[in-house]
Amino acid sequence: MSTDTSLVTRSHEENWQPVLDLAVEEVFEIMLGCRVKPVTQSEHKASRDFTAMVGLAGALCGILTVCCSKATAHQLAKAMLGAAAESEEQVADALGEICNMVAGNFKNKLSGADDRCMLSVPTVVSGGEYNVHSMVDGSTMTTMVLFENAPVSVTLQLNN
Amino acid sequence: MDDSSVMRKIVERSLRQAGIELDKVFEAGNGAEALAVLRENLVDLILCDINMPVMDGLEFVRQVPTVESAKGVPIVMITTEGSESHVVQALTAGARGYIRKPFTPDQVKEHVLPVLGKKP
Repeated sequence: MSTDTSLVTRSHEENWQPVLDLAVEEVFEIMLGCRVKPVTQSEHKASRDFTAMVGLAGALCGILTVCCSKATAHQLAKAMLGAAAESEEQVADALGEICNMVAGNFKNKLSGADDRCMLSVPTVVSGGEYNVHSMVDGSTMTTMVLFENAPVSVTLQLNN
Repeated sequence: MDDSSVMRKIVERSLRQAGIELDKVFEAGNGAEALAVLRENLVDLILCDINMPVMDGLEFVRQVPTVESAKGVPIVMITTEGSESHVVQALTAGARGYIRKPFTPDQVKEHVLPVLGKKP
């Protein structure tokens, strides 16, 4: 599904939030076989045992992150693979791919951005004690969904 | 070929779900690894991501004809890069099909069977 969106007319986070929501919903439905809908962020707090990151450069410049608990990351990998992941590395790989597909799906829905925006290969951080500091100084939008009743947070930070 | 081992498994599963018989599957994490596989083995079909470290999928597609035994082997891209320019670059370089991630098994069937000369 493509959204008629141009960089000029839809440059505010309130306009792109539905695009990010849709990008997340499609990846979860198609690749994980799970229909999700965004939930209110204030009612849920996503753990950050795992954070997958994909950078965007070009017409859109910023970073997209996917955060969830360790247990949820394992469940996401299981849903993708159709069987339990064989290793922690495979769990990280699966989360990185989800992040990559959401980023790609998002930019492909923005006409004018898809040709002029490059994605990095994913990076995944795991562990309990860390903070992610982005140098991005523009808009931030977050889509939070529940996967098997556990929150998964998808955040897009873009430079102005 | 994909830098994600998880995605390689999903693609293989999708091919089997599409009813495509797979005698042997070779995996590679980037274009350079895939070229090495092609130099040592005969294949009937190549499925290829674009964004990968070391050698990306577009460069790989351009390099495939340098391997004599791989000339003419159909290549289908499976990638998050969905822009028209990426599609044109891939098809110009020699790819025969293009699937955007996220993808369904039906989409794999629809794009892969024709390049193998079969009806989807």
